[in-house]
Amino acid sequence: MLDNLTQRLGKVLDRFRGPGRLTPEQVQEGLREVRRALLEADVHFQVAKNFTERVGQRLLGDERIQGVSGAQQVIHAFHQELTALMLGDRPALPKNTRHPMVLLLAGLQGSGKTTTTAKLGLWLRQRQSRKVLLAACDLQRPAAVEQLVTLGKQLELDVYAETPGPGVDAPGVARRALERARSGRYDILLVDSAGRLHVDQPLMEEIAAVAVQVQPDAIYLVLDAMTGQDALESAKAFAERLDLYGIILTKLDGDARGGAALSVREVTGKAVCFAGVGEKASDLEEFHAERLASRILDMGDVVSLVEKAQEAVEEEAAEQDYARLLEGKFSLEDLLKQLRALQKMGPLKKVFGMLPGAGRMSGLLEHMDEKELRRMQAVLLSMTPRERLHPDRLDGSRKRRIARGSGAQVSDVNRLLHSFFAMQKQMKQLSRMLQGGASRKRLMQQLGDPGRMNDLPGGFPGRPGRPKGR
Amino acid sequence: MVFGKLREGLSRTRNRIAHALRRLGGDTSTAQSLEALEEILYTADVGPLAGELLADAEKQLRGGRLAGPKELPEYLRGRLSGLVQGPEGDPLPLRPKGPTVVLIAGVNGSGKTTSVAKLAAWLQRRGNRVLVAAGDTFRAAAVEQLRIWCGRVGVDLVAGAPGADPAAVAHDAAEAALRHAVDVLLVDTAGRLHTQSNLMAELNKIGRVLGRKIEGAPHETLLVLDATTGQNAIQQARRFTQAVPVTGLILAKLDGTAKGGAVLGIGSELKLPVKFVGLGEQLEDLEVFHPGEFVDALLAAPQPA
Ligand SMILES: Nc1nc2c(ncn2[C@@H]2O[C@H](COP(=O)(O)OP(=O)(O)OP(=O)(O)O)[C@@H](O)[C@H]2O)c(=O)[nH]1
Ligand SMILES: Nc1nc2c(ncn2[C@@H]2O[C@H](COP(=O)(O)OP(=O)(O)O)[C@@H](O)[C@H]2O)c(=O)[nH]1
Ligand SMILES: [Mg+2]
Ligand SMILES: [Mg+2]
Repeated sequence: MLDNLTQRLGKVLDRFRGPGRLTPEQVQEGLREVRRALLEADVHFQVAKNFTERVGQRLLGDERIQGVSGAQQVIHAFHQELTALMLGDRPALPKNTRHPMVLLLAGLQGSGKTTTTAKLGLWLRQRQSRKVLLAACDLQRPAAVEQLVTLGKQLELDVYAETPGPGVDAPGVARRALERARSGRYDILLVDSAGRLHVDQPLMEEIAAVAVQVQPDAIYLVLDAMTGQDALESAKAFAERLDLYGIILTKLDGDARGGAALSVREVTGKAVCFAGVGEKASDLEEFHAERLASRILDMGDVVSLVEKAQEAVEEEAAEQDYARLLEGKFSLEDLLKQLRALQKMGPLKKVFGMLPGAGRMSGLLEHMDEKELRRMQAVLLSMTPRERLHPDRLDGSRKRRIARGSGAQVSDVNRLLHSFFAMQKQMKQLSRMLQGGASRKRLMQQLGDPGRMNDLPGGFPGRPGRPKGR
Repeated sequence: MVFGKLREGLSRTRNRIAHALRRLGGDTSTAQSLEALEEILYTADVGPLAGELLADAEKQLRGGRLAGPKELPEYLRGRLSGLVQGPEGDPLPLRPKGPTVVLIAGVNGSGKTTSVAKLAAWLQRRGNRVLVAAGDTFRAAAVEQLRIWCGRVGVDLVAGAPGADPAAVAHDAAEAALRHAVDVLLVDTAGRLHTQSNLMAELNKIGRVLGRKIEGAPHETLLVLDATTGQNAIQQARRFTQAVPVTGLILAKLDGTAKGGAVLGIGSELKLPVKFVGLGEQLEDLEVFHPGEFVDALLAAPQPA
């Protein structure tokens, strides 16, 4: 997703790459193109207009940052405004709710409500160990009840359902589902609903009536990521009619250009909380505005990368690794682990795509392809664990043995060691900077801000003159 | 045939350009009217094509070929109608002998299954014998959904077990179509994003299996697009036409306020006719596409209260 928008914006940004200051004409010209690019990526008409105006003000107004080049200025402004465009002020799930917590899903036909109800149920059970009940309140679409019941069976989630027929209406089913949730001591009730057009008065009244019956702690609008201009208008209508908590954006696994993701917060006043990234029940993620903004600007996404790596290595092991890293201890043993994790993360090119300044931090990994990675791994594997923990003790004969064992040259071994020591030094610097007190989360936050990443290490917190991120 | 439902809505509307121009007052400048035009085109999901149309309109105005902004509405109506094709004559012509096979494809949730049901009803109304195949073996209760629809229409359904190979279902359905000598076999398929190459290959295989059983099948492959989709619809059309020989489009969910302007880009780039539009969730909510009416609806603005 987003590739097209990224390319278009990239082209415009390239024009600003020169070292000098930008003239107002250059800025205006560039912004006109940005607006077109946004419109062609399905960004809502008014949002595109407001967005470019805001960026323009930043670039031409007093908010300019002293001593920073034009290109950096532009990227910085875009990154901040893009993030601001999508950023919400609430967690993905409401806090301090009643028991059971009630979540209601609403939206247009075919947007993904039923699938998302099941996905969210699974997510809540797996991530938060909650006891979840699903309620089948779509009585319009043929076999919609059956669909949710089937999903419930597949995922071993309980479903409250009634056979559609005369006298069975959605508000009634919802109310009885809530009674069941209470008597069955469920933690959460998730209510699916029928798809509806925002101009369909009777159906809009129906969903409002469902909300009256169950008094949801959160109402989510489920929105298809491929949505165009009008569906965003309809999102606005939903937001006006229902007290929405947030948005769930679906089908982000496709190649939609991201217009809906970029517009919906400004149009509805509600931020995206979750993202559907596939048809399987496990294909649901929490949504991160900052990451998406970084990706749109093609500046890489360290945070995503780290998370992927985390999945690849075992959580606990990673925890220890980071603790060690923070203490400035970094051995070849760690390097091997990281390389393995890297390989599990998929095509290297993609991985490096997510690394903005990180390539610099670990000079070792720069300009490296899969083949090189495998060669390096072979060298590391040819060492004993003790050797990996104490690389400084490697003498000539050991190096020759290692080279022989991995089908490499002694010079390859030396090269690896050389890069490693440089890397170790950087790690130590980094850990000094963080004074051992920073949590992993904070470290990652700092790494995750590309603006700061670009001037590592000087740009680390405490350096005067840099604006605070929002 | 006309879009009865659309027409009904149209009677309460007027041309947005005319409206915008009137709002701007008597002596509207070229720049102002172009700005109004830009908003109208982009908010109707016309997309990148809007840039071209605007440049052309500007040339016409500045070159004096249009007497003034007042002539913009008619000019644009003409331009847009020329970009999208409807069916020439019968949208679903039948073969003189043997079943005509119609394959229905599209991304998730676009309206395929409902369109199959509506088409079955439409064909039956004109006296054709119809058989339906439940080619979505993936989504939960997809077969059940189609079974209910077929019951309402009164046509037979060929289905397999959940999770079965959809190509096998297609194979069985083709045999049944021959055995019962039906006029039309409608094949529903699972929703698939055009970016998933394995699923696109699966769709292609369904087509090939049908072709092995019935000569020339599928005779029509209709791509169902959701009118609320933005520019991604063009990408969908490109990728689906690469995977299977798409012969036309069905534009579903046009009963809301979405204009479906993305089909203009598809029409001008891929020359795919729009055969039907979906105008609601009931069986009778299907109508044959008509470019002029579509463009009128696209340019229509709700009458201010
Ligand atoms: N308003 C409106 N709703 C429609 C129209 N066509 C389909 N729908 C609704 O859109 C939703 C999805 O329709 P389906 O026919 O199940 O779509 P599908 O493409 O088969 O979906 P999957 O098989 O899940 O990919 C249902 O709620 C339908 O009732 C239409 O023309 N107008
Ligand atoms: N690729 C993809 N498909 C999805 C996603 N979410 C839902 N779907 C599919 O979209 C279609 C419609 O979903 P459904 O939950 O029935 O929508 P509803 O009508 O709003 O309840 C189904 O085919 C789902 O499998 C997603 O995140 N990615
Ligand atoms: Mg549903
Ligand atoms: Mg279907």
